[in-house]
Amino acid sequence: MALWYGKKMGKVEDDIVNTQEVKENEQDRRPAAACDLSDKKDKIFSLVMRAGEILLHNGAEIFRVKQTMEIIAKAYGVKSVDVYAISNGIFCTMNVDGCFFSTQIKEIPIDTVHLGRVAEVNNLSRAIVDGKYTMEEAMEELERIEQIPYASGYSRVLFAGIGSAAFCYLFGGSAYDSVVSFIAGFVMFIFIVFAEKHKFPKVLKILIGSAWVTFVSILLHTLGMGDSLNHIIIGSIICLVPGVVLTTAIRDFFNGDYLSGTIHLVDALLVATSISAGVSIMFRVWNLFT
Amino acid sequence: MIRMLIQLVVSFFATISFAVLFNVPKKEFFYCGMTGVIGWFFYLLIFDSMHSVVFANFISSVVITVVSRLFAVNRKLPVTIFLISGIFPLVPGAGIYYTTYYIITNEITLAVSKGVETIGIALAIAFGIMLVFLIPQKLFLFGKNQKAK
Repeated sequence: MALWYGKKMGKVEDDIVNTQEVKENEQDRRPAAACDLSDKKDKIFSLVMRAGEILLHNGAEIFRVKQTMEIIAKAYGVKSVDVYAISNGIFCTMNVDGCFFSTQIKEIPIDTVHLGRVAEVNNLSRAIVDGKYTMEEAMEELERIEQIPYASGYSRVLFAGIGSAAFCYLFGGSAYDSVVSFIAGFVMFIFIVFAEKHKFPKVLKILIGSAWVTFVSILLHTLGMGDSLNHIIIGSIICLVPGVVLTTAIRDFFNGDYLSGTIHLVDALLVATSISAGVSIMFRVWNLFT
Repeated sequence: MIRMLIQLVVSFFATISFAVLFNVPKKEFFYCGMTGVIGWFFYLLIFDSMHSVVFANFISSVVITVVSRLFAVNRKLPVTIFLISGIFPLVPGAGIYYTTYYIITNEITLAVSKGVETIGIALAIAFGIMLVFLIPQKLFLFGKNQKAK
């Protein structure tokens, strides 16, 4: 630390700093600013952080984020890596040829899930270990992975409809219910895509989404479509149910990442509560007017 | 029998449509679908013979996790991809809904019993997944190495 301040503050500080102490420090702990920042050292750090960031952003579990970052770093000959990741941030310290890098990334939302990107980063880390990528190539590959598009709005809406219909049937609805559920799920996901485009807060998105889907279901049912209202609604709200976060929470707990597990669990509970609130508000409102 | 076949086909499509929503790579759709089918098969089997929702959920979440770990090793991909898609039919969406519904209709006894059941299902799924992850990775790699040789 002494050396770092010395370099930064200039002459005056240089006189104050005890030179003996500096020399000792220089041996074991040279801060990044004091090293010559050759391309290589800088690149390793940003490469590893980038990989971790992509993983965490797209729904990987904490354990995988840590492991992948360490594997990539070790593959490029980094002596020691320490990664501490929680569900919305990464902290990493690294020793590259005697230079210490340390940084943090914060605010990684746990909203979006793109398992395709997780898979690609995973493949990349395997290839890096096999020595198939230089650092520049790996960085380019990561940039490509980050650009992999989400499924288009149309296909997501369509498959949300199919999923709703299928789940309605699985949970005991008739074929006729499934058709109505398809419509409700389809219409609901149009709203979700709209909300994501306009960056609605998560709770609001789920709340309005579930209220909206309940409204559509009740309306269709009142107009004489479908047999069982309950099954129709169950089928169509399934796209909102926090399955991913719940599964990730369980796996985090198991791997000993209790903090991340708790964050994910609270997130899942919040979403489940929002769904219930949305559904019950719409039932109340509907009962008021009929 | 035919009812079961239809259910399995439907669960295949249900799982795949969630794989699409979570942007799983296209070539893995079939495997995600199979994970869902196998899980749902065991769910129906246990539920029809023992009539216990919680136990059926536990067993099928164990099966789903084993299957997705096998797929993960064989396809060299993260377990998450198969696990999340496959486990979706079990996630107690219906439980959440019925609990809410009974609260609104002021049938508190039913609401409490559904609520407790929902929590039970969630815990059963969690416990099932954890149990399978206790099995060391080596056991899943074993068959793989044999094949490679």
